[in-house]
Amino acid sequence: MLQTARPLSPHLSIYRWQIQMVSSILHRATGVFLALGSILLCIGLLALDAGVESFATLQKFTGSWLGLLLLVGWTWSFCYHLLNGLRHLSLDAGWGFQISQFVCSGWIAVCSSLLLTLAIWIYVFMQGGHA
Amino acid sequence: MSTHLRTPLKNARGLGSAKSGVSHWVVQRLTALALVVLGVWFTILVLNLLHADYFTARATIGQPLNAIFMTAFVVALFWHTQLGLQVVIEDYIHTRWLEVFLQIVIKFLCLFGALASIFSITHIALRP
Repeated sequence: MLQTARPLSPHLSIYRWQIQMVSSILHRATGVFLALGSILLCIGLLALDAGVESFATLQKFTGSWLGLLLLVGWTWSFCYHLLNGLRHLSLDAGWGFQISQFVCSGWIAVCSSLLLTLAIWIYVFMQGGHA
Repeated sequence: MSTHLRTPLKNARGLGSAKSGVSHWVVQRLTALALVVLGVWFTILVLNLLHADYFTARATIGQPLNAIFMTAFVVALFWHTQLGLQVVIEDYIHTRWLEVFLQIVIKFLCLFGALASIFSITHIALRP
């Protein structure tokens, strides 16, 4: 229910992109994407309970190219949401509020999430792939 | 844009606060804290089961300690998901009926997801 015609957040069109907003937007976006991933987790557990055939069907999907794309996306989303979530928790505790610290921790969250994702998938492919 | 720029505070006055904002905030942080530990545990578990066959995977999830951790993980996960999606909907959906509809659907789906997961884990643990 709109009470006034005043402009509402997010004011994306008038902002210059900067790490402060990128880290915030990515936290929400990865959170929503991970919510979709929770459906796969639930289906995975149901399939594991249902039997060999059901689980094989699920593995056929996760083993496909679409499955690979989604799994890599969920891996990075998890890594980023985890690291930036720790950043949020430390902010809640009152740490790292100086602008320089905030910018630095934002870059750390983004970069290390990419490195962590890379490390996990290098490990997966060293073990013979995800399928 | 209309010239009606009166602050919404005027409309809110007298209605009182919902009085549950702090508990939402606290539970979101508590589930986040739990998910830091349980999420890392879950990732390691999945990586360990990478090329395990069906029966190994089932037996592993069915081990008492793993089943308990897994249950804790899905409870924290779906609870945290509901709280997070609630805020996203509050912020971006400005059509009242759609907002209320989505909030209810998200709550039901998250509860269903948690219950279905817990049922599966329990069933796997009791019938390995």
